Amino acid sequence: MELIKETHINFMALRKGAFIMSVLLIALSIGSIASRGLNFGIDFTGGVLLEVGYPQSADLPALRDQLAKAGIEQAQVQNFGTSRDVMIRLMPDETQNNADVGESIMAILKQATPGVELRRVEFVGPQVGEELTEQGSLAMLFALIMIGGYVWARFQWKLSAGALAALAHDVTITLGFFAVTQIAFDLSVLAAVLAVIGYSLNDTIVVYDRIRENFRGIRNGEPLEIMNVSLNQVLERTLLTSGTTLLVLSALFFLGGEAIRPFSVALLVGIFVGTYSSIYVASALALELKLTLADLMPPKKEDLVDDMP
Amino acid sequence: MNHYPWWKNLMVVLVVTLGGLLALPNLFGEDPAIQIARDDYQPLAEGTVTRIREMMQREQLVNRGVFDEDGRALVRFENVETQLKAHDLLKSEMGSGYSSALAMAPRTPMWLRAIGLRPMSLGLDLRGGVHFLYEVDVKGTVNQTLERYESDFKQLLRKEDVRYVRVRQQDGLVEVVLRDQADAETARDIIEDADPELQIIESDDGENVVLKVSMTEQQIKQRQDFAIEQNITTLRNRVNEIGVAEPVVQRQGLDRIVVQLPGVQDSTRAKKVLGATATLEFRLVDQEGDPYQAKRSGRVPLNAILLENRQGQPVLLKRDTIVTGDQLTDASSGFSEGSAVVKVRLDAKGARKMLETTKRNLDKPMGVVFIEKKREMVEREGEQVEVDVTERTVINVATIRGVFSSTFQIEGLTPFESRDLALLLRAGSLAAPIYIVEERTIGPSLGQANIDQGFNAVAAGFLVVVLFMAIYFKVFGLIANLALMMNVVLLVALLSLLQASLTLPGIAGIVLTVGMAVDANVLIFARIREELRDGNTPQAAIHAGYDKAFSSIADANVTTLIASVILFAFGTGPIKGFAVTLSLGIITSMFTAIVGTRAVVNLVFGRRKLKSLAI
Repeated sequence: MELIKETHINFMALRKGAFIMSVLLIALSIGSIASRGLNFGIDFTGGVLLEVGYPQSADLPALRDQLAKAGIEQAQVQNFGTSRDVMIRLMPDETQNNADVGESIMAILKQATPGVELRRVEFVGPQVGEELTEQGSLAMLFALIMIGGYVWARFQWKLSAGALAALAHDVTITLGFFAVTQIAFDLSVLAAVLAVIGYSLNDTIVVYDRIRENFRGIRNGEPLEIMNVSLNQVLERTLLTSGTTLLVLSALFFLGGEAIRPFSVALLVGIFVGTYSSIYVASALALELKLTLADLMPPKKEDLVDDMP
Repeated sequence: MNHYPWWKNLMVVLVVTLGGLLALPNLFGEDPAIQIARDDYQPLAEGTVTRIREMMQREQLVNRGVFDEDGRALVRFENVETQLKAHDLLKSEMGSGYSSALAMAPRTPMWLRAIGLRPMSLGLDLRGGVHFLYEVDVKGTVNQTLERYESDFKQLLRKEDVRYVRVRQQDGLVEVVLRDQADAETARDIIEDADPELQIIESDDGENVVLKVSMTEQQIKQRQDFAIEQNITTLRNRVNEIGVAEPVVQRQGLDRIVVQLPGVQDSTRAKKVLGATATLEFRLVDQEGDPYQAKRSGRVPLNAILLENRQGQPVLLKRDTIVTGDQLTDASSGFSEGSAVVKVRLDAKGARKMLETTKRNLDKPMGVVFIEKKREMVEREGEQVEVDVTERTVINVATIRGVFSSTFQIEGLTPFESRDLALLLRAGSLAAPIYIVEERTIGPSLGQANIDQGFNAVAAGFLVVVLFMAIYFKVFGLIANLALMMNVVLLVALLSLLQASLTLPGIAGIVLTVGMAVDANVLIFARIREELRDGNTPQAAIHAGYDKAFSSIADANVTTLIASVILFAFGTGPIKGFAVTLSLGIITSMFTAIVGTRAVVNLVFGRRKLKSLAI
């Protein structure tokens, strides 16, 4: 079977429109992150989180009442997955940095409904949360620098600028998606965003590899034309790989359970945006930077790496 | 013609066989179980296993058998509820001298276990349990040390008749203020004598001479490391008391300790046991009374106390303590004249008392008493009540061989015992304050749900990709599927070999790997199709496809590998799990997708004349 035979799509013709869309999306993302912020999970904020299972549908208002009577007024109480599963979350100022709050809440719930089952309790001290936020930002920055450095070493600067722009684009929009939808941003989502950085680049590099090859192969072609040819050549692979990855991530989204869902969402969004950006941000930007054949000619004594399977 | 040299084919076969073997133990599943062992690490007595078997029968606790494994008993159960019930029963019926621990016993057949193969170890989020992150108050430790110096200096100065204006500990140093230069000189000598490593800065505030005594950076670091090590030792000992088969007690970062107790559900109790405090005392042995007589009659001589040693034998000690635990500053194990010893260091006050006592009691035995204070839940009139319990055990009785004061050695021990004692001394008496900064409890049902959901996601994702590849690339797709299957097997094999904990994000990493692993094959196959379109012969197309796709594959994978290595470096706990499976997955997929599929492709198409390819 072959879904995509030889295509001749003029990708680059659409780059102005794509640029505008990307800029709009990024503006929306940054605006949303700035105004609404991310809905950080307790990994980052600190606090107490309980997940409990009821034998029947849980009566949330009654549950809030029970907690309020015991003096716990600011608790966030919501369903988690099904109507029988409930998540209760307290911010750190209400826990007085006390790990035992979880147990006392459980005791209150047990009194009202003896059949209630404890799924998990998490207590994170505020200092741990602060460190995580710091470490997370550091990790992201570090990943961008390391990967940027690698692309810099392997490709020409105009291409690496394009790759880095694409990475920043993907990360911003993925974060923006979490700010807009207010899906919980926990530690696993951070991991997913870092994986998106790796994946997005994976895609960009495959495109770049082909662009470089074609620049060297079709010596007197117009840069724009060579880009288009290259993009068409790798289109099948791009769509297939993104397709299979998105398929397995959908499986994870639907079957993996509530706890892993935000993680799958981050990867689904990130990989979708990453596929688009390897064409319209990474490649188009390199074209705008006037990438020429001279930029891509191999330096005299190298290319030991490329000749092997 | 496409064919591999024989050694490459052999390598593929070897890797696949080895991978299959390593992954094999995971197919058998595991039983919730209880491990019963003797506290003194001796093998169980002969009738014990039968006794346990009868106990299970009497209480009608359904089990999959009671086994004797290397001198320990292992009871296997069908479910966790029975396991927990049996655990309570065994704890109360076996009595002291035995410890019983919750465990998951793999059903791996003997011959696999015999060659040391084990299934993957599951993380807490998959098997349930509690996780604590403790922070050690290292600042407090330094202050504690300085306070000790403060009181030491005061005593030493008084003893040498040096009159001081004041000695005070503040802002990370001890200030010794003296009237004149001559006193300052003497004081300096005394301080240097007490601890030559201390830094002393002299200044004049117009009226008096001020000596600012501080610890060196290295001393502070040592002190802190020491405090953390001690706490880890203490926590390890306590964890053993809770009864967990595979506990994790580990240092994390500068001043944190992670404690993970798989299978434990009662976090309240665990917290209480872990948070207990312990001290130490030195007392002379009362040689006049007969400890056995005292135990039988219950009448203890007037100036003595009756305690038991670790073997449960009675020991009579004098009522007066020589030295208490807060006067102990250090303990380490070592060798002296060929035999194992424990070197103990006391502060000034303790040293003086010890000197006086040993002078008067040469060749008499001295006992070391280990005191543990903990909170326990006790059933009283049908209700669970919390009580503070103080447990005193004589951990060692040794003869005083010479006069000693601030430093001395405890002799007559085996190397193993001396190491244990040094650990106990450090652990029991010098723990810096710790507090919980993170706590997670995962119930067993959630753990099982996570396993099931994770497995379903992997299976469904795998199936979808396999179907897709088979339809899209026909025979080549089937070969890629074979590689994908091998990739998962190799990944599981590596995880089993490394015994890295598999967590829920780790499973997510496997799912992601399955999705991305076919990328290399898609790249190669798409390239082969292109080459065919360009009019190349099938054999040339295969060759060129693999050849030209390689650099893209390598570059693309290296970047993802960089991202996952960074994840590993910065991440903690579950995130590390994700990073581990992702990076291992990238490496195994490179092998299976490039070398593995090529070997099969060569085998199937390599030596034939082909008109077309099923791709």
